[in-house]
Amino acid sequence: MSVLVIAEHINGGVRDVTRELVTAAAELGGPVTVGVIAADPTPLVDQVNLPGVDEIVTVAAGASEFENDTYLAVVEALIQERRPRTVLTGFTVNSMGFAPALAAKLGTGFAADVFSVRDEGGSLVAERAFYGGKVYAEIDFPQKETVLLMLRPATWQPAEGAGSASVSELSVPAVESRARHNEFVEAPAADVDITTADFLLSIGRGIGEKDNIPVFEELAEKMGATLSVSRPIVDAGWMPSARQVGQSGKTVKPKIYLAFGISGAVQHLAGMKTAGTIIAVNTDPEAAIFNVAHYGAVADLFDVAEALAALY
Amino acid sequence: MKIVVCVKQVATLGDEVEFTDDERDVDPDFLEFAINEWDTYATEEALRMKEAAGDGEVVVVTVGDEDAEDAMRRALAMGADRGIRISGDDIPPGDPITTARALAPVVGGESPDLVLCGVQSSDAVQGSTGAALAELLSLPRVAVAKNVELQNGKALVHRELEGGLIDVTEVDLPAVLTIQTGINEPRYATLRAIKQAEQQDIDVVEPGDLGAPAARVRRMFVPPKGEGAELLGSDASEIAGRIKTLVEEKLR
Repeated sequence: MSVLVIAEHINGGVRDVTRELVTAAAELGGPVTVGVIAADPTPLVDQVNLPGVDEIVTVAAGASEFENDTYLAVVEALIQERRPRTVLTGFTVNSMGFAPALAAKLGTGFAADVFSVRDEGGSLVAERAFYGGKVYAEIDFPQKETVLLMLRPATWQPAEGAGSASVSELSVPAVESRARHNEFVEAPAADVDITTADFLLSIGRGIGEKDNIPVFEELAEKMGATLSVSRPIVDAGWMPSARQVGQSGKTVKPKIYLAFGISGAVQHLAGMKTAGTIIAVNTDPEAAIFNVAHYGAVADLFDVAEALAALY
Repeated sequence: MKIVVCVKQVATLGDEVEFTDDERDVDPDFLEFAINEWDTYATEEALRMKEAAGDGEVVVVTVGDEDAEDAMRRALAMGADRGIRISGDDIPPGDPITTARALAPVVGGESPDLVLCGVQSSDAVQGSTGAALAELLSLPRVAVAKNVELQNGKALVHRELEGGLIDVTEVDLPAVLTIQTGINEPRYATLRAIKQAEQQDIDVVEPGDLGAPAARVRRMFVPPKGEGAELLGSDASEIAGRIKTLVEEKLR
């Protein structure tokens, strides 16, 4: 099944998700075309010339960094030009800015946060989750000539090595960019680097209120762990973002990840699922974190924290 | 300043699940409903913009059956001025494009200065309705806004990229922005405001032509369990003891 992959890049580097999309595309059989859109796409070509890629189409358009009006117009032109059965983007912040809009404009089939795709006798079947990951769904796209899928990052193995793709250029008329990239701003420097810690004690929404944070700060100190948190704790302003684990925070790989009151949203799991040993304490036996944890306890967090503190 | 906020009544699943007879969705008896968390941030952001402007109107719009009005009434209780429900019995689950098609004529009909949506809904997580809506309204769009600063005819928006990197984007207004959690601290509605919102009239409109769905749920199922976590016991001191042993073992 013919597949068009839209490459994603930032600061001159192709992002990991693009290599993952190439793997997914190759699994669908191909031919696989990768579209590279940048003010100057030439330096990016080698980075997407991966095994499994048949053709690279470069489009010199727009600004140096991502702008959604440019991507929408160019990907539309690429679809008209190459007529792929399937178009793949990452389920990323950038692609959220144009992929659903293009699907609405063209009336293609569409699904986002897809973690499995297959070709069933010429028909595309995708899988994605609903209701906090507790239920999966098979999705199909009756009567759709083209289907645009946004794939979940860190799900397919990234394609590696040198490929032998042909390279061609496509010229697309310039579009007015109504949402323009100004600059990138890095997160402020922090007093702690959770990505280098061997032992993270991580807390989430389950701790209930801000006043409970010292309980776990003290426990972490006693145990020799570094304290990290899930997104709701940062959203609430209780802890700085430097301590946040997950897709919009840091990706960590400690020897031990001890989680208290973290339910395990997909975005959180993406940031810690490769930790050496994951231990989760949660009151909800159905919490998604138990699917990745090596050891689990369904218990009151504070009882366990108190009992642990007494041992150190 | 007129701002439209799109809100969704989302479903959460408890410990048990059963499916509808056609297996295309969860039996609603097994679901609990609430306003989507992201939409409370979008509502708060709209209210703050209106307050800063000194005048204006915040209109909340939702798609769904009568029960879905609860989410909108929560936004009204926070301080939104008016609610419109697009009756949405025919909209398939997991199809943000069709949802956007239902929203577009109503949102466009309000001629807003700004449209805010949550980044995603907690039950479907497609992150797509806002961007699709923008396209159908021919408006510029910015996804995943962590900070919005209104300027003359423009907005400076901090897009929150993966890893926490901020992309400062300048967007022409009117536009559709999707709002990320943590952008503000949503206000609590008072009991009195909640009671008043329950009595408020909601405009109900029929959706226009929705076209062919973008996707179809063929079947839903409970994911196969992996090996799963080894349980550490049920008693707190037993659990604590096992954790201590594990920590000593794995750090060695």
